[in-house]
Parts: sequence; C-alpha cells; structure tokens
Amino acid sequence: MIEIKNLKKSFNGFEVLKGVNLVIPAEQILFIMGQSGTGKSVLLKHIVGLLSPDEGEIWFENRDLTKLKEKEWTEVRKKIGFLFQEGALFDSMTVAENVAFPLREHAKLSEREIKVRVEELLTAVDMLQAKDKYPSELSGGMKKRAALARTLALNPQIILFDEPTTGLDPILQRSILDLIVELKEKFNLTCVLISHDLNLAFKYAHQIAFLHEGIIVEVGTPEKIRSSNHPFVQRFMESALL
Amino acid sequence: MFFIKLGSLFLKFIRDCGGIFLFFWQSFLYTFIRPLRLRLYFKHMEFIGVKSWLVVSLTALFSGMVTAYQVHHALVKFGGQSVLGGVVALTLTRELGPVLTAIMVVARAGSAITAELGSMRITEQIDALRIMAVNPVQYLITPRLWAGVITVPLLTAMANLIGIAGGYVVGVMVLGIDHGIFMARMEDMVELSDIMSGIYKAIFFGAFLVSVCGYKGYYASGGAEGVGRATTEAVVISSVGILIFDYILTTLFF
Repeated sequence: MIEIKNLKKSFNGFEVLKGVNLVIPAEQILFIMGQSGTGKSVLLKHIVGLLSPDEGEIWFENRDLTKLKEKEWTEVRKKIGFLFQEGALFDSMTVAENVAFPLREHAKLSEREIKVRVEELLTAVDMLQAKDKYPSELSGGMKKRAALARTLALNPQIILFDEPTTGLDPILQRSILDLIVELKEKFNLTCVLISHDLNLAFKYAHQIAFLHEGIIVEVGTPEKIRSSNHPFVQRFMESALL
Repeated sequence: MFFIKLGSLFLKFIRDCGGIFLFFWQSFLYTFIRPLRLRLYFKHMEFIGVKSWLVVSLTALFSGMVTAYQVHHALVKFGGQSVLGGVVALTLTRELGPVLTAIMVVARAGSAITAELGSMRITEQIDALRIMAVNPVQYLITPRLWAGVITVPLLTAMANLIGIAGGYVVGVMVLGIDHGIFMARMEDMVELSDIMSGIYKAIFFGAFLVSVCGYKGYYASGGAEGVGRATTEAVVISSVGILIFDYILTTLFF
C-alpha cells in the first residue's frame, strides 16, 4: 500500500499539485483520471522519485519516500515499476536485450538463466516472436507490451502505468488491459493506471480517483463514482459517456 | 533590453560552466563505485577512439603537409629551410596534434554523444534507467569520460606521427630537403617534453569534450529541436573551449 499525504508541486510558480491525498490499496487496480495537463503523470513520477515534491509525504513500507536519498531509492525502485507512456525502450537494444537489461544489472543470474527468464516474460506478454526486433520496428501496442515485460523483470510489487492505452485502437486497448489484469492476478500486483477512458475504468478498476485542479476530488469504487455528486466528476462522466 | 540579454547570457555561461564541472566531477567519482561495467568502457573507446582514426589521420596528414609548405615558405626567406623537419614536428607535437585531434573528435564523436543522450532524454530512456535502479550518469557518462581520456591522447600520438610523415613527404620529396637533414633537425629540436606536453593537453581535451557534450545531451530539453540546439551548443562550446584551454595550458605550463 502507498499513502500520499498533502503532496504539493509547482513548476515555475505554477502550482500543479495543490495537496494531493490518496491511498493506493495493495493488490488492486486504481485508475487515476482527470483532464489533460492536470498533473496525473507528475503525481506518478513523485511515487518513483523522478520528481521531488515541494511539500508532502509518500509512505511505502513504513518509509517516507520523499525523504530518501538517491542511493536509497535503488531498493524501492526494484519494488515499484513504472511503465512510460511511449515505453521508453532503449532504442539501441533489441526487445530481448531490453527485457534482459534489468536482470543483467540486478539479478545474480547466469546468461543462460537470463535467456530463459526473458523468454518467460516475453511469452507472458505475447511478444516472444518479436524478441529480436528493435523498438523502431514495433507498433505502439507492441512497444507497450515489451516495456511491460521489462518492468516485470524485477518482480515489482507495484506497477505505475502512465496512459497505457493512449493512442491504441479499442481492440488493442482491451487486450493491453486484459493483459494487465491477467498479470496482476498472476504476480499479485498493485496497479495504478492513468487513463482518460471512463468506460475502461468502470470495467477494469477496483478504485477510481479523480484529480482536478491539483487535488483528488473523488475516489472510490466504480459504483461510488457512478453515483458521485461532485460537479467535475459528473461533467467528466457526461462528456465521456455520451 | 540589451543589458538584460547580456546579463542572462552571462548567467547562462556561469551556470553552464558550473554545471559542466560538477557533471565531470560526478562522472569521475562514479568510476570508483560498483558496478564497473568494463564492457561499456571498451564499447565507448571503440566509438570515440577507433572509429575516429580515419578522420583524425586525414586531418593530420594534410595539416602536416600544408604546415611544411607554409613553414618552408617562411624559412627560405632567411635560408633556414634545413630546420623544416624540426619546426614541423614541434608544431605538430605541441599544438596541432592535440588541438586538431580533439576538434575532430568533437565533430565526429562529441556531436554523436550529445545527440544520442539528448534523444534518450526526450524519449524518457534516461528516466527509465533511474526507474530500473541504474544510475544514469554512472552508466552513460563515466565510461565515455574514460574513453575520451584514454583515446584522445592515443589518437594525438597517431596524428603526430602521420602529420610528421605528411611534412616529410612535402619537405623531402616535393621541396627537395635532404632526408638526413630533415630527420637530424627533428631529432635535435624535438624533446620528449614537447611530445608529452601535447599528450597532457590531449588528456585534458578528452575529459573536457566528453564532459561538455555529455552535459549538453544529458540535460537536453524541448523535443527534437532541443536536441539539435544542444548538439550545436555542445560542438561550439567544446571547439572554442579547446582553443581557449589550449592557450591557457600553453601559457601556464610550457
């Protein structure tokens, strides 16, 4: 479980996060929703230490992550994976080399064991056939799958997904989310997803949180969100479910 | 308005100087922290050093040849053409060898370092390294720094040899200076300290160009245009910096 308390962040005097409070429950799928440019990615980047807050706390395993030094992040980052919107695969490496990268860096495995593990992971995301391709040869959906395999390599407890379905057609969106659910069940993962697609959130989320004007204005199960009286949530639902 | 622009340019200059030095120092210190990743050192030595041999050789060859022509032109005015071999060798080992080598390495490898790192920055690959608990400076910069420090002096030594050979071809074969005199004057006039002064400069230039090009790429922003801008800035700062530091090092130590 991760608990975010009163998180604030400004860029060049513009306050993006104005005091976010949020609990990310263990082994559940949480969707974070909101308008574009409201700080959803900024919020996720704080959880993995890519950004430092101006104020506030992020608690994970009895430690405030905002107080960690860069060296102390190493162990935390092995437990919290992050899937970038475009995958952020290393373009000088093949898909298999990308997936092997964190294993070579951190797991004390022989090359033979790494090869077996890479093939297992690529099979799990249905990408084994593309293992020798370079990222530039992959479609958007394939890049996300390969990046997901790389994220899973270190057996994280939590994976943060920055818009995993953006730019994909509806069939691919469904297949990526089905895969996330399948992997969540298989590896007991906690998943946090940024998305704009309310239909997908209602179908796949255990919890949905709405970020609006720098704060979480509503959080709850899809049922609770459906009956929310908050004006922004209502407006968002009306627009999304037209 | 003019003074505001001038002031902001000055502040940017100070910020860049401090940033580049700290970046160099951080990269240097990561040498002593595990893991070592020796394979990356060899990979970058191949890229910065081995793959630059042709462009450095051509530059040195023609610089040596043209230097021999120009120096000969000046020397004949007072009948001193017999010292041509010594003058060409001194010019190359002390100045032209290290400076031209470093500038060619900037043009070929330094620009590529900035463009590659800049592209990694804007596509979040550098952030991905951090997410995977890998220190990006240690992984991306430290091996390149040592590759520059090791290979630029080696390339300089090669450039000295090829440049002198070019000077010999022009001096002896074209301008008709006696082979024995050309070689004897070179032996008389060039001392080990002359060669080493050029090599020490090359070591400094190797560290300097990687620090500048690495820094500019690592902190690139603003999409593809930003990467292009960073690459231009890296090449300009490195090239001009090499010439400025060449002057400073020459006045300080030689």
